[in-house]
Amino acid sequence: MWRDAVLVATKDLRVEARSRVATNQVLPFSLLVLVLFAFALEPDRGVLRTAAAGLFWVAVLLATVLAVSRSAALEAGDGGRDALRLSGLDPAGVFLGKAGAVAVQLVALELVLGLGVVVLYDIELTGVGTLAVTAVVATLGLAAAGTLYGAVAAGLRVRETLLPLLLLPVVAPVLLAATRASEAALGTGVAGIDVGQWLGLLATFAVVYLGVGVVAFGPLLEDS
Amino acid sequence: MTDTKGNAVTLALGIAALLSLAATVVLGLSLPTTVEQDDYSRLIAIHPGLAWASYVAFGVTAVASVLWLWPRTRSRTWDLVAGASAEAGVVFTALTLLTGSIWGRPTWGTWWVWDARLTLSALMLALYLGYLALRRVPADEDTRARRSAVAALLAVLVVPVNHFAVEWWRTLHQGRSLSQLDPGRDLDGIFIGAMFLGFLAMTLTYAWFVLTRLRTLRLEAELEDVALDVALAERRAEAVEALT
Amino acid sequence: MDHVVRLRAAVCLLDRFPALAGVDLEVDAGEVVLVRGPNGAGKTTLLRALAGLVPVVAGEATVLGVDLRRRPRGVRRRVGLLGHGTGLYDDLTVLDNARFWARAAGRAASDADAALDRLGVNGRLLSVPVGRLSAGQRRRVALAAVAARRPALWLLDEPHAGLDAAGRDLLDGLVREAAAGGATVILASHELERARTLAGRTVLVAGGQAVPDPGARRETAGVA
Repeated sequence: MWRDAVLVATKDLRVEARSRVATNQVLPFSLLVLVLFAFALEPDRGVLRTAAAGLFWVAVLLATVLAVSRSAALEAGDGGRDALRLSGLDPAGVFLGKAGAVAVQLVALELVLGLGVVVLYDIELTGVGTLAVTAVVATLGLAAAGTLYGAVAAGLRVRETLLPLLLLPVVAPVLLAATRASEAALGTGVAGIDVGQWLGLLATFAVVYLGVGVVAFGPLLEDS
Repeated sequence: MTDTKGNAVTLALGIAALLSLAATVVLGLSLPTTVEQDDYSRLIAIHPGLAWASYVAFGVTAVASVLWLWPRTRSRTWDLVAGASAEAGVVFTALTLLTGSIWGRPTWGTWWVWDARLTLSALMLALYLGYLALRRVPADEDTRARRSAVAALLAVLVVPVNHFAVEWWRTLHQGRSLSQLDPGRDLDGIFIGAMFLGFLAMTLTYAWFVLTRLRTLRLEAELEDVALDVALAERRAEAVEALT
Repeated sequence: MDHVVRLRAAVCLLDRFPALAGVDLEVDAGEVVLVRGPNGAGKTTLLRALAGLVPVVAGEATVLGVDLRRRPRGVRRRVGLLGHGTGLYDDLTVLDNARFWARAAGRAASDADAALDRLGVNGRLLSVPVGRLSAGQRRRVALAAVAARRPALWLLDEPHAGLDAAGRDLLDGLVREAAAGGATVILASHELERARTLAGRTVLVAGGQAVPDPGARRETAGVA
């Protein structure tokens, strides 16, 4: 399973390196979202600074939908799913590989977005350690749930509109938890946030969805 | 072939549901008004019951999905039950939100309170709607059943996560909460009684709804089976033609 | 003697439509069988069912000793299907594609290199992204991916289509080699003249059923 996961992850990342969809489309889109938030929320009233953590994570969530949609689209072409089913690859490995590739892309995106938030919203970077851990754990959960729903919606003609509708309510707790933890690190949230509690929630989410994905991806792949 | 008229069980259930609903309404309206909440405290008769029924519907959808996914118990009925239960669930969840909103308004002055329960219900509504949208997408029966079942289980998994997340989130803020409107110990037993009657009425209504809807869905599926037999015969005829 | 393929009254549904309405078929090791018939007759479904991709819902179906009704996935690793879609990743180069699919099937990268070479895909062509190739070139790459797996059962769906004369000769050579090596080849084709020189016998598929070709030299009357 792990061998297959690495094989698939490197393949997906190689495709990204060649096609540069994440860097040329998803990243600019996310940065644009950050800018649009500023238009909507009036930069001078300090609202942006207070809301920065939440806005960052909303932008990440939207980027996740795009990244996952793209990941699922790789095999959506003519014969793609057949080839995957026939390939001899362990479906659990395929799931982990694809989720892993999405996670890597998201983390890279978050680094740039984080920089964007610091610059655009005038944030003082504190608690970087907490921010980093939060980002990694939250991203694992997002990538796992996203890849799973990508499989649920795969092959259906309305995949592009269905995927966000299915995915976003499910990752709402990740948004909540990641924002709270980030706020605690940055000092922009309410007092008394227990970061450990929120990180625990993120970790639980990630573990649960990785686990379900490993089990459910195979059967989902089977429907033509 | 499923009976189109409905059987005795469903009928009895329907009558029981109707009666208990009527009783709830009567009892609810006859509840005394409270100092703090005026007439709105009467909503205790139906709001918790609606919320309860929406959770039941969710749970049934999840259990039916598991039963479908498990090869040994797999049967079309479970897939249909999951779908019917979700449809009922949407209605009950929407009503939960509506009554919650009405209940909170006079006390807080707003139409919406970001409290743990209402927020969780709102998320559940979104999950339900996504699930139903998935069921509507045209696909092979097996494919659709499998994907819906997986989606239902994924949704169920996230409910406890959501519950804790929202719970912890709202306690951070000590803000408004519907639970503050719940009757304390010092209120009359009649309020509690009305609430439990409401639970009963909603559960019966839910059960009746699901059984009735299940019958319709079964009939639809059987119609498709007949169409399949016709298609098989036509296909064979085509072969005979081509080979002679 | 154990047949490589044994179907009895096999029924396959495609979204409630009986694509295969009761097929009887027996194929032995080392045989090359041509499957022909009008469009929509069920040839593609037959090949996909033999690969374990389409579930057989009634009748008996055994391929390479595996009961397809109970374990459809059991046969996939040992089968090589060349379908209508190629399952290749447009953004990856020819070499990356072939190596990925070979490794996925548990073969070495060198197997992929050799197969590509065998099919006349070499030199500059190896580093071109698949999306930029012509349809015929893509077919050759897809064929190489199948060949690199060294399957025990080759299922070729209209393999000659899109190939130029040189490509067709290479394909024929490949088929003859495979059969000589003990593998079994079933190909569906409209290229009757060419395919008949390859095949030991012909099966006619129409209306979801299969019969031995009534006459190798004459067209069956009434076939569309």
